[in-house]
Amino acid sequence: MATREALLETIRSLFPDGSGVAEDAGCDVLTVRSDRTALPHLAQRLKNDPSLDFDLLADVCGVDYPDRSERFEVVYHLASLTHGHRLRIRVPLREDDATLPSLIGVWKSADWFEREAFDMFGIIFDGHPNLRRILCHPSFRGHALRKDYDPGQRWLLREGEQYEPAWARDVREDDDHFETQILNLGPSHPATHGTLRVIARLDGEIITQAEVEIGYLHRCFEKMAESHTWNQVIPYTDRLNYCSPMINGVGYALAVERLLGVTAPPRAETIRLILSELSRIMDHIVCIGANLNDLGAMTPFLYMYEAREEIYSVLEACAGGRLTISYVRIGGLANDVPAGFEDAVRYLIGKVTRVVDDMERLITKNRIFRDRTEGIGVLSAVDAVNWGWTGPCLRASGVGYDVRKAHPYLGYETYDFQVPVATGGDTLARYLVRVEEIRQSLRLVDQGLARLAPGPIISDDHRVALPAKDKVYTEMESLIWHFKLIMDGMKVPAGEVYGFTEGANGELGFYIVSDGGGKPYRIKVRPPCFAIFQAYPEMLQGRMIADSVAILGSLNIIAGELDR
Amino acid sequence: MARPKSGQELPVMNTAAGGTAAARQPDGSNVFLTTRLEHVLDSARANSLWPFPFGTACCAIEFMSVVMSHYDLSRFGAEVVRFSPRQSDLLIVAGTVTDKMAPVMVRIYEQMAEPKYVISMGACACTGGFYRAYHVVQGIDEFIPVDIYVPGCPPTPEALLTGVVSLQEMIRRGETHYQRMAAAAKAGGVHGDA
Repeated sequence: MATREALLETIRSLFPDGSGVAEDAGCDVLTVRSDRTALPHLAQRLKNDPSLDFDLLADVCGVDYPDRSERFEVVYHLASLTHGHRLRIRVPLREDDATLPSLIGVWKSADWFEREAFDMFGIIFDGHPNLRRILCHPSFRGHALRKDYDPGQRWLLREGEQYEPAWARDVREDDDHFETQILNLGPSHPATHGTLRVIARLDGEIITQAEVEIGYLHRCFEKMAESHTWNQVIPYTDRLNYCSPMINGVGYALAVERLLGVTAPPRAETIRLILSELSRIMDHIVCIGANLNDLGAMTPFLYMYEAREEIYSVLEACAGGRLTISYVRIGGLANDVPAGFEDAVRYLIGKVTRVVDDMERLITKNRIFRDRTEGIGVLSAVDAVNWGWTGPCLRASGVGYDVRKAHPYLGYETYDFQVPVATGGDTLARYLVRVEEIRQSLRLVDQGLARLAPGPIISDDHRVALPAKDKVYTEMESLIWHFKLIMDGMKVPAGEVYGFTEGANGELGFYIVSDGGGKPYRIKVRPPCFAIFQAYPEMLQGRMIADSVAILGSLNIIAGELDR
Repeated sequence: MARPKSGQELPVMNTAAGGTAAARQPDGSNVFLTTRLEHVLDSARANSLWPFPFGTACCAIEFMSVVMSHYDLSRFGAEVVRFSPRQSDLLIVAGTVTDKMAPVMVRIYEQMAEPKYVISMGACACTGGFYRAYHVVQGIDEFIPVDIYVPGCPPTPEALLTGVVSLQEMIRRGETHYQRMAAAAKAGGVHGDA
């Protein structure tokens, strides 16, 4: 990994005349400010220069600063999987001329991210082939994440105004096509596990063209976060990926803690790790179980759901809720785990192992399952990175990138675990990677339990955490802190951070901008599903209609984090 | 049910269906069961609800728990989960409904054959929950009639089971939206359905 200075020097050398980029000092990662005219050249070189090799465009988002003369800022987050370094590019734009060139020709993953910035801020990406709203519905007026958009302003969508692609309206009947028809899958369909919509043109049973429409669960997380205090955002994060809520909360808390310069006590970190890994197991259980269910194998889902119920019981004992637990607090945890936690988790390890063994015996070598998944939905490693894939899906395509290993947090570097990688890139490979990840997560949980030592579970820094109740009643200082935290909320220093953790589906990023107030100025979530699902229409080309369900299940698209 | 003493004159009760039912018991007495056909049908309907899970978000995950072996909705006679609205009579809206999704929900509701009932599962479906924002329906009753509101975010499986059992009681008492509309239509002399 090149140092920051060396990296900056290389980027500067791309513009020999000294124009084009300028460094923004004092950020969490190397940040450069670029001119929009210089952007295409910069992007090309960043991706193709072997010493830079920024192959992953992790996120593109807009930020609105109404007080500045250049009102909008488009922020790109880049990563190099080969070198491990990261870069943030900022492009400021004037309100009356909010246009910049699209980077879709450099990174395919720019596609949906740019559409989202258009939808939310009205920023025009020149050269984008399909720049229309992505999250809000077609009858929506205005751009919701602009600061002057009233959060309560709704627009009604009528039955006839729903989106229909132009190509779907055109009925093409030629001699070669024995029978073509348009099939609409979703947004309410048992195999979509949520609110996804696929529109496909079928030639017999072969899909010749497909398009995906999302946003059916766009519930304005990012807008809501701007009107809540930092800790009040945590319940909203639970509902991003609702199959593994704990991981989202931990990711958010870690990002805010980085901005605050606070760390959670060791016991809290260990509990966060244990519960995150249990959540990862729950997520993989639902993904595998639902995928198999769609393929006609009902039994494994019933078996595995038993284990999931047991994990729920542990979470309920810790936090009081089963699914959306809101257990994390900035600086630690809401409360300590109950007595008997270790025993309950030890029991779980045995239970999950047995269930996974059972499931593997039933499925992994099953002929029907193999025929339905082997060689289905193949995506090469290069394509997967280009589409912005991360997580188990990327690792199934042969790229061993895992945030827990590449950029460790919560002390993952001190744990002994492996990152499973498969090379097939097909539905079967994604299944195998997830199964192995469950086993590795169990190892992590086991090691975490061994390290669980008594201690505090929340930081004693009273800028962020409430003082203990007995001190509030006996000490003036504590009483003042208590009052200030309750009345004003915590104050997070002005600045920005891109915190990223390994979610169950891949890199879960929180790009957080604070203006020093008691509420976030802007939170942008980088949901792993969003990048993964972009590739889906391309993967469907030329496949059978039945395969579409097999592939979709293996991608594990969670509408909550996809649409936010 | 009435069991008249022997020798007493048997009361004749006209039922709505226009007849009486009597059965001779081993001790020589008669047992009457007088009812309306609708009551019998409602009782049958209550015990064989076919839910359509309109699952959009987190609540859909809890709905899965409810139908799985641990909580097992089938103990209450509502296990035949159908993914076609034309085959189901209970719409369970589980999760947040957005403005983009609302026309889809309305169409699914309209596609269901009557009699039909609606359970609104979770805070979002009931009121919009804590998403008081520009793209979220503030309660599905803006668009379709709701019989049972199940609170919670998400509701525990027990809460949803309670909701289903309460709906069954409502159906037996003839208090659901559909039944009230049908009764009003009948009282008003209007032919056809609600």
